[in-house]
Amino acid sequence: MRIAIKMAFKNLIGAGLRTWLNVSVLAFCFIIIVFYNGFLNGWQEQGRLDAKNWEYGNGQLFHADFDPYDVFTIKNSHGTLSEAESENLTPVLIQQATVYPNGRMNPTIIKGIPLDQDVINLPINLLTKSDANLPVLIGERMAQSINVGKGDNILLRWRDRNGTYDATNITIAEIFDSNVTTIYNGQIWMPIEILRQMTRLTNEATMYIANEQYQPSQVDGWEFHNLTELLKDFDSAVQAERIGSMIVYSILLALGLLAVFDTQVLSIFRRQREIGTYIALGMTRQQVMKIFTIEGGMYSVFAGVVGLIIGAPLFYYTSSQGINIGRSIEGMGVHLSDIIYPIYGATLIIGTFFVLVFSATLVSFIPARKISTLNPVNALKGKVQ
Amino acid sequence: MKYLITLLFTLLTITQINAQDATAILNKVDDNINSNTSITKSDMIIYGRRNQRTVTSVGYSEGKNKSFSEYLAPARERGTKMLKLEDNLWIYSPSTDRTIQLSGHMLKQSLMGSDLSYEDMMENRKLTEMYDAKVIGEETIDERKTWILQLNAKVDDATYDSRKVWIDTERYVPLREELFAKSGQLLKRTELKDVKRIDGRWYPTKMNYKDMLKDGKGTDFVVLEIEFDVEIPAYIFSKGALKR
Repeated sequence: MRIAIKMAFKNLIGAGLRTWLNVSVLAFCFIIIVFYNGFLNGWQEQGRLDAKNWEYGNGQLFHADFDPYDVFTIKNSHGTLSEAESENLTPVLIQQATVYPNGRMNPTIIKGIPLDQDVINLPINLLTKSDANLPVLIGERMAQSINVGKGDNILLRWRDRNGTYDATNITIAEIFDSNVTTIYNGQIWMPIEILRQMTRLTNEATMYIANEQYQPSQVDGWEFHNLTELLKDFDSAVQAERIGSMIVYSILLALGLLAVFDTQVLSIFRRQREIGTYIALGMTRQQVMKIFTIEGGMYSVFAGVVGLIIGAPLFYYTSSQGINIGRSIEGMGVHLSDIIYPIYGATLIIGTFFVLVFSATLVSFIPARKISTLNPVNALKGKVQ
Repeated sequence: MKYLITLLFTLLTITQINAQDATAILNKVDDNINSNTSITKSDMIIYGRRNQRTVTSVGYSEGKNKSFSEYLAPARERGTKMLKLEDNLWIYSPSTDRTIQLSGHMLKQSLMGSDLSYEDMMENRKLTEMYDAKVIGEETIDERKTWILQLNAKVDDATYDSRKVWIDTERYVPLREELFAKSGQLLKRTELKDVKRIDGRWYPTKMNYKDMLKDGKGTDFVVLEIEFDVEIPAYIFSKGALKR
């Protein structure tokens, strides 16, 4: 085996440009696969962390009738927990409303949360600094979409618990920014006590956000959803992206492996005298096959090394500085930062390397099988078989 | 059109301060406007920011709780039918050949893009059951002398906390109505014009319905033809009529 590796190495180095062309193609595949998977890993990690910090806390307790994906459920999904049941939970009351910025009608969701909450990063406490009669907090992108700025007054219309309309001016006291689209898209945040007074839903909440000390227990009329459940859709979106990107990798890898396959076919055709000499010197056909197979596999080893040499600075730079993807794809309903910091774990790099070595070895073995049928005398003579 | 006229006129009977006056006025309005049945052909003119569109429909109604409408134009809406029975509302769409029942939040949606919501058509209760009323003054609108009636909710679940209605003192026809939020914010205004004598009744043939919080000119309803107290086959007010 050692001799086979030594000979394969020498043969590859001796082949010069042909070797390095194959290695370049495979190294390119290696870098792309590692880079894009690292990007997805970074996106998923950041997305999960942002969602936890900005929206989900350590899980959420929903009113049994509340479905966050069904706006029709909002109206009647509210209830009250006892003091003991609501320990380590932060209430959020959700109601539907309409805002009229500059005479335009915009359906919106109003959410109330305690001013002193610290379970999520929402800067609701900033409203305490406002002198406005009814200060509210909105997201930066919500502000852009309805074309309002800090200090603007807009008319809000809503219904109380009995369905009676009410309307008043609210003041955009603060505008915040976040990577989590689901906490600002079409939403207005205000102190929960004010929203309860406005809607006459005293002490009621649509859901509660759990802190780290919360121990889930059975509460009648309420359903607890842990982080894994809440992040299921996001994880599925990332997984779907991974599957989609695998198609691209496969095409790219197939092109690289095709180059290795072609090289192997040509080698076996052109190096028949060499093969005959190996057999004449006492090597079995299997041993010769092994040399050629290892040669093919060694392309991928070289590609891994070259890929790491070229890719390491790129991986290091992108993981430390991040990749600025801007806000071009905001509003897609997934948590996405402006800057993604890819995560290149050892598992990813080593795993990709082994996939490359395995597939290159496999495509080298297929043409090398022909050696087992070669007539050594004819091979020595260099006759085409 | 018929829904709104009904909404405005049939439900008015009031008690409390100036109760006798208000009740008498509203009863006369009721007598003048309402009929057992009616068939109305009308245009609904919806004003957008840059353009306007007209939806023509024919409506059949019996009392306050039964009504059926069929949209005749434009081509996109043609064949759409709507049936209201008590508190239920069904819509048939010919493009999908499906009948759906509107409920809950769907009722808050705009009717064909107008300033009117489906819910605005669904109010069945009498105003006297929901509001206390009094005459608070007089005013002249389009050279017609009117009484101004102030209606304040006496139940918790009234959609609007208060209303103001301007009633023609001679013809007993409302010429304007304003709907208010609990805060006193004016939410909607209805203006009724072109009052004509039809079959012995004074009847407004043009109405503008406007969401006062929105920019724009609101939605116009124009009565093209109307017949009172005509016999309407019972099948019209059945779900089967939607697909006919």
